[in-house]
Amino acid sequence: MNNILELQHLKKYYATQKAVDDISFNISKGSIFGLLGPNGAGKTTLLRMITGIFYPDSGEIILDGKKFDPINDIIKIGYMPEERGLYKKMKIGEQALYLAQLKGLSKKDALEKIKFWFKRLEMESWWNKKVEDLSKGMSQKLQFVTTVLHEPKLIILDEPFSGLDPVNANLIKDEIYGLAQRGSTVIFSTHRMEQVEEICDHIVLMNLGKKILDGTVTDVKQQFKENKFSIKLQQQPANKINESFELIDQKENAFTVKIKDGYRSNDVLQFFIQQNITVESFNEILPSLNDIFIQLVEGTKSVSRAFQQVPA
Amino acid sequence: MNKIFLVARREFLSRVQKKTFLLTTILLPLLIFVFYAMIIYFSVKTNDNLRIAVADEANILNGKINSKDDIAFEVVKNETVTSLNTALEQKKFDGYIYIPSTYNLMGKDSLQLKSNKAIGIITREKIQKSFDDVLEEKRLLSLNISKAQLDSVQHSNNRIKFATINGKSDDNTKAGISYIVGYISGFLIYIILFIYGTMVMRGVMEEKMNRIAEVIVSSVKPFQLMMGKITGIGAVGLIQFIIWIVIVFGLQLLLPLIFPDMLHQMQGQPIQPAGMQAMQAAQQMKANGGMNELMNSLHQINFTLIIGCFIFYFLGGYLLYSSLFAAVGSAVNEDPQDAQSLLLPITMPIIFAIVIMTKAVNEPNSGLAVFGSLFPLTSPIVMMARIAHGIPEGVTLWELLLSMGLLICGFLGTTWVAAKIYRTGILMYGKKITWKEMWKWAVRKS
Repeated sequence: MNNILELQHLKKYYATQKAVDDISFNISKGSIFGLLGPNGAGKTTLLRMITGIFYPDSGEIILDGKKFDPINDIIKIGYMPEERGLYKKMKIGEQALYLAQLKGLSKKDALEKIKFWFKRLEMESWWNKKVEDLSKGMSQKLQFVTTVLHEPKLIILDEPFSGLDPVNANLIKDEIYGLAQRGSTVIFSTHRMEQVEEICDHIVLMNLGKKILDGTVTDVKQQFKENKFSIKLQQQPANKINESFELIDQKENAFTVKIKDGYRSNDVLQFFIQQNITVESFNEILPSLNDIFIQLVEGTKSVSRAFQQVPA
Repeated sequence: MNKIFLVARREFLSRVQKKTFLLTTILLPLLIFVFYAMIIYFSVKTNDNLRIAVADEANILNGKINSKDDIAFEVVKNETVTSLNTALEQKKFDGYIYIPSTYNLMGKDSLQLKSNKAIGIITREKIQKSFDDVLEEKRLLSLNISKAQLDSVQHSNNRIKFATINGKSDDNTKAGISYIVGYISGFLIYIILFIYGTMVMRGVMEEKMNRIAEVIVSSVKPFQLMMGKITGIGAVGLIQFIIWIVIVFGLQLLLPLIFPDMLHQMQGQPIQPAGMQAMQAAQQMKANGGMNELMNSLHQINFTLIIGCFIFYFLGGYLLYSSLFAAVGSAVNEDPQDAQSLLLPITMPIIFAIVIMTKAVNEPNSGLAVFGSLFPLTSPIVMMARIAHGIPEGVTLWELLLSMGLLICGFLGTTWVAAKIYRTGILMYGKKITWKEMWKWAVRKS
């Protein structure tokens, strides 16, 4: 079993809408998985079902080869929700210990792990501070620590970078990589596509409760590529028109071209080389996930919660 | 179960370790005690001795009228109204009563007291009583009843002794004490429900306000979180309560040392209407030889029963109401104002219970009292009033058992409903929730 998580035909309907409408996908172990979608797509509901907070109306959740057990599998999952916070008046060390024990760790184990992580993220001196005395970035770091403390096999992060400055964001990003390398699987839910492109292996895009994309980042980009290329030449060519391509954009010596069907990149290169012009650079412009997202989601029925009547 | 304990422990420790805990637990009863002491002191002590001159021109008093408490009567002779008025203005005394020589002892003439300052109602009553007593005696004597006959009429002891059908003696002292005990325990439970109920509500709002609800709920079930909070806060309440009782008892022992005259002075005074019977009981106690009677009556009151029931109803009432308070807390967003309107249907039965209780202490077997002691929302308070009268005079055994059973069903029911409301409420932000909406959550399948 190479999949840490398998979702099969999950459904969750509310009186006013179908929050999750027949979703199925798999997540393989050790991968960094992106769950994307506009607001109201059903991501949070889906995540809450995976973590056992909500129960699906129908469908199966298979965690690490076995049926998901909301009571005993808690310790295998780490969840950092979008709506997150900490007890403001509680001291940090105490709070981390409390949360770890709630997960099921023994006091001894918990203290060990807390010390390890605090040291790693340079938080040791904060042990006796109250959460309300921390800056936002510091409390985000703390939140992250409490999520991964118990070495869960599946880590779910909903908008983990919101509110983080670039330094701390980078820190967390590195930690995520590290965790994945050590065998944990990470599910990312975010709107920030540039991060998804950077970090995720595999993505699923949801809209209005349905799955509309499922594949690796590369595959998805290939799926939506438009055969656009950028060429930088050393000098202005005499001839810029050719049957093999369509000129989309030009900035001095940099050209954006779209290669027409039936022709290859070599054809374009040949065209310019034959004119005795040096080609400085030539590469494919793959669509950004941002563009793909907008293309797929824009124009669909309202971005906020869609109020559909559930058929009786 | 373990998780409930973890949550409860955190709730308990986070409250008990705060400095304010010690402050309120110890300072508050002290403050209340001082407050009460001052009230009693000032109500019992009147300003100065009131000096009333009685110009007895009809010579009925024989030069003597008993001074009472802080009123000093002085019989004077050979004064006229004018001379009395002058003396009054000169403040030789505070007031005078002029009994003209033509005063007819058996007639219906009224006497007049002229004073140079206002005389309060209580003092007036005392003056009236003094005069009633002495005039009555004089009238009887003038009808040729001898002093010896008069004494035997006044002091013969025809008091009715009350007893119930099972032979136990049910005297006034016991009735008086039952009254006090019932009243106090009912009131205590009332206060406890309010204070700790709102504490639970605010505790529940803590997760929403700190936005940590979802994090916690990913580790424990909402039901476990709710029960942990109720238990933890309940434990805090218990500790506080025990400390208070210890302090109050300790201070009560000190009270007679500080106010040795207090008990004596309190007898003539109706301090509050509710205390009347208690005062009469105290008077009776003194008349019948004090301590022995008290001990006797105390023996008749089954304190083990009362304390046992108090603990049961205190716990049952707390569990029932705290889960309702928790449900309200979970539905409220950051603004505690929203809570007010939602709280109304919960606070009403509690207040209603107190009202029924004040009736039940006097008539433990009236229809209203019976209903109030069985209905789970009111029974914790009302039953205490009935129990104080003992079994079976105040309440029959089967009624007691039925009431306990209903209370258990009651708190199981409210906990179940509250759990459903709670689990939806703590994850919901933004909307203003009404009871109608909460009810929908409660009946929806989870």
